[in-house]
Amino acid sequence: MALSAYIAVSAVLFALGIVCIVTRRNIIYVLMGIEMILNAANINFVAFARFNGDGLDGQMMAIFVIILAAAEAAVALAIVLNVFHLFETVKPSEVDLMRD
Amino acid sequence: MEILQFDPATDFKLLLAAPLIPLLGYVIQICFGKFLPRKGDWLLTGGMFATMCITVYMLAKAIYAAYRGEPFQHHSGDEIGLAFHWLYSSEEAAGGTTNVVAAIFYDSLGAAMLAVVGVVSFFVHLFSTGYMKGDKRYHIFFANISLFTFAMLGLVLSDNILFLFIFWELMGLMSYLLIGHFSHDPGSGFHRWATWACKKAFMTTRIGDVCLLIGMLMFYREFHTFRFTELWEAAKNTVAANGGVFPAWMTVAGLFVFGGTVGKSAQFPLHVWLPDAMAGPTPVSAMIHAATMVAAGVFLLGRTYPLMSPDALTVITVVGATTAIFAATIGMTSWDLKAVLAYSTVSQLGFMVAAVGLGNVTAGMFHMVTHAFFKACLFLSAGSVIHGCHHEQDMRMMGGLRKKMPITFACTLACTLAISGMPLFSGFYSKDMILAAGFERVLGHFNGWSLYALLALSCAAMITAFYMFRLIWLTFFGEYRGSMERHMYTDMLVAHGRGGHLVYHDALGRLHAPKDEPLSADDGHHGHGGHDHGGHGHDAHGHAEKAAHGHDSGHHGHDSGHHGHDSGHHGHDAGHAGHGAMDSHAGSHGHHDHAVVPHESPINMTLGLIVLALLGVFGGHFWLAQGDPLVHHSKPWFVKLASWDRLYGPTVGEWASRQPVGEEARAHMEHVAHQSHSYALYVSLAVLTLGFLASWFLYVRRRDLPGKIARNLGLVYETVRNKYYVDEFIQRTFIAGSFALARILSWVDKYVVDGLVLAIGRLGKAIGGFSAWFDRTFVDGAVNGVGALSQAFGGVTRLIQTGRIQQYAAFAVAGGLLAAVWLIML
Amino acid sequence: MKAPSTIFYALLGLGSLAGLALGLASAGTHGLLFALFTILVVGGSLMCVFEPSVVRSAFCLVGTFGGTAGLFLLLGADFLAMSQLLIYVGGILALLLFGVMLTPPDLSERRLPRVLGGLAAVGVIVAFFVGKVAGVARWVQTPQLKAPVSRTEEIGVGFLAANEYMIAFELAAVVLTVALVAAVYIARRRKEDLTENEDRPSEPFAAQVSQVSQAHAESH
Repeated sequence: MALSAYIAVSAVLFALGIVCIVTRRNIIYVLMGIEMILNAANINFVAFARFNGDGLDGQMMAIFVIILAAAEAAVALAIVLNVFHLFETVKPSEVDLMRD
Repeated sequence: MEILQFDPATDFKLLLAAPLIPLLGYVIQICFGKFLPRKGDWLLTGGMFATMCITVYMLAKAIYAAYRGEPFQHHSGDEIGLAFHWLYSSEEAAGGTTNVVAAIFYDSLGAAMLAVVGVVSFFVHLFSTGYMKGDKRYHIFFANISLFTFAMLGLVLSDNILFLFIFWELMGLMSYLLIGHFSHDPGSGFHRWATWACKKAFMTTRIGDVCLLIGMLMFYREFHTFRFTELWEAAKNTVAANGGVFPAWMTVAGLFVFGGTVGKSAQFPLHVWLPDAMAGPTPVSAMIHAATMVAAGVFLLGRTYPLMSPDALTVITVVGATTAIFAATIGMTSWDLKAVLAYSTVSQLGFMVAAVGLGNVTAGMFHMVTHAFFKACLFLSAGSVIHGCHHEQDMRMMGGLRKKMPITFACTLACTLAISGMPLFSGFYSKDMILAAGFERVLGHFNGWSLYALLALSCAAMITAFYMFRLIWLTFFGEYRGSMERHMYTDMLVAHGRGGHLVYHDALGRLHAPKDEPLSADDGHHGHGGHDHGGHGHDAHGHAEKAAHGHDSGHHGHDSGHHGHDSGHHGHDAGHAGHGAMDSHAGSHGHHDHAVVPHESPINMTLGLIVLALLGVFGGHFWLAQGDPLVHHSKPWFVKLASWDRLYGPTVGEWASRQPVGEEARAHMEHVAHQSHSYALYVSLAVLTLGFLASWFLYVRRRDLPGKIARNLGLVYETVRNKYYVDEFIQRTFIAGSFALARILSWVDKYVVDGLVLAIGRLGKAIGGFSAWFDRTFVDGAVNGVGALSQAFGGVTRLIQTGRIQQYAAFAVAGGLLAAVWLIML
Repeated sequence: MKAPSTIFYALLGLGSLAGLALGLASAGTHGLLFALFTILVVGGSLMCVFEPSVVRSAFCLVGTFGGTAGLFLLLGADFLAMSQLLIYVGGILALLLFGVMLTPPDLSERRLPRVLGGLAAVGVIVAFFVGKVAGVARWVQTPQLKAPVSRTEEIGVGFLAANEYMIAFELAAVVLTVALVAAVYIARRRKEDLTENEDRPSEPFAAQVSQVSQAHAESH
């Protein structure tokens, strides 16, 4: 398949990640959306490296992203639990202390 | 004799070490002196010993060079490049007009002076270890005296007048600190006098210092140099260019420079500080009177002689001669041991200055050197006597000390002979030379001033012999009167008089109040106020008033036949209240038991006396010449050491000697010189004999006569006794004048300046009020407007600031998309 | 509630079939596989967005992650694909499920119009971009694909050779350690919270905050 097909898939995935973050009203969905976006990025890295790159750069970047995603997921989950503990809710719209 | 050759490579370093050792000692002493064993006196005394060794060794080189007839003028900057570049502009301008470079200048005069300072300072240090024992600020005293020495050594070694001035000022400061040594010690009883005296010394010499600065800068402005050698050359060239006549400005500038000497060397109008400098400890007096302070002024005169025009020299002569006779007469009437010596110093300084003025620099410098030895010895002897008599300074309370203090007596006698001009003693040679210079002037190129100088100096020489022997008779001969009351001696003197009780008492009684507060303590203690004129409104003066009254009642009682001295005691006690101030032991053993036996001082004090007395005796001898001393072809060592060409270099020296040109004139001058030396010899012998006999007659043979004379002279005696009222004159004119000026200025300040300031303040206030109104109305309005605007804007933006993460994420994505659209589409 | 999801799944199924056919038609087996994985990725994420239940959404992500791994396989990155499966499906997804389990379910939070609106907007934008990029961008494409680098040894050497990715490797290690510690630190239950909870019913923090902010607003 051509490179553009992978890019298109990546773009769709990215867009769905954004939609997931923006539209759903649960912090867990925000996390899921972030994972989707990261996956989209990974697909791009690997695809560009495969079709246009040289050596391991793309894959290394992807591995790094996966590692970061894992770390992020762990920390974010801890944060989610803390937020729930403090605010008794998991709706990001209600965690609005940053207003004012 | 290789070792006596001057070797620039090492000797300049030795010379540099000479002043640096006391400086280092000072630093150590100031920082750690308190914690050192014996409070560090051994350290500084040891350091001074090293300095003395260096200076004497270096003097030996100078003498050796003089003996071999080699020139001896060394400049460290020229010879080994050892110079301190101060205010040094650039490499190209090296030696240019704007550069001030300090180096060591070592010539015969400097060598002699340096050795004198080193020797005297060392023995003063040594003496102080005994004399100052138990002082509260012992370590500070040693530190200060060391720095004092440093300043003088630096002054002597300076190659330019600017650095001389710097050390000169440092010396002024140190004299201030040392004269005021007791001012920190209220228990000593000296502290008020000391506080006052040190201020007086500092302020008085300051007048001279300012003059010196002005004169120095005048010369710099014309000659563009501070270096002595260059100044001399420039003066010579300027005069040559001016047709052999000194330009008028040089007279003025020279007189300004001489003003520095007048202040520092206590010449006539500004001499008032030196007698009061007695408020300091006696070793300090020895230092000031012999080696450092006053010598600096004469030394300066020696260094700047070629810059002096004949007119300036005339003024110098007159001032010097006047000082000599003037101070000598005061010295004649003092009862205080140290005061006699102090006025003697002033008088001898007058001799030196007059000698320079008469055109014989060598004689003046020679007298400075010999005087330094015997005057240091005399002062240290006085210190020894005072120490032995438990800090009694009044000669009426002494007497008969020659058996109790044999060493001190021997030394004092030797030095008295020296200062009186006894042949074969050092003072004879120098004083003889000065008188010879006077005769040379009078016989050579006569003018009235030189005749006046000659007469004044001869009289002063006679009076010197008189009062010095008077001191000897009163202090060392007769019976010890320390156990008596003061007035008893007065009575004893009077008892021989014929029926002069009341009159004598009147004569003396009027003078007695000041005299009882003896001659020194009182003057310092009560300020300038005339002692016998009441009502000056000084609070301290109340003492003198009381004293006078007390004494009056005392002799009234006496008059009415109460010989029990009861009321006399009363009067004396009242009078003593002031005196107690200077007698630190007064509190401890009261007035009535002066019967403490005087004793000889310990070895560390007498050693200095002995050595200095030996120098005083032999310091003027014919070390470099063969033959009979009385033959005129042989000359004292110093004359060879400091001849014209050695003082100022061959070319300038020849010019500065101002010898007439031409064979005939020269022969005439030599004849005159020969003649004047003979006359001087006769005159000095005559005046010595006269002075000696007079004092012997008055104070040994006919002890009633002084009182009679004093009575008969009346007002004259009183005037002299009160030091010609110079202090009072200064008090009434300059000091009162400056107070009046200060009051006027204060009035101006209060009403004119303050009024102006107040008006400006009011104006400012008015402007401020307007400004405040403007501020409230316009500026605040603008600020509030801006605030309202931003509040409105904030209200709008607030709508999108929801605090919701998702919304923010949506905004971020939208922004990113817009950016992407922009990138792709354009 | 029923109708929208039926329509959604119907459309999804139809689209998948069409995609498979398109893939098979355009590039044979390879195209078929690509279509399959793409359907997994896009379909999984679509369902994730669309599903009302968090648990189901989380399980839908299995498809997304697995599909991505498949795409990696197609791109010749075998090691990466396996890592993707292990970490995402085995690790991250498990974490997400823990998060789901530790928070209360809220089935009413999905607002369908909002989701559909978002989907529509994103769809338009993506369509625009894909079309635009595909039309405008000139991808420089190597005519002959090189043999893919995917062997585990090569990646290991790449990580451990000093001049290649060692810094990144070490950095990743540091990041993971820090993240682990941080996660533990943030998520731990504080002692005072525990005692407080036991002693008395504590006022929720949010309530306190709202009180404070109300007071703040009143003061204005």
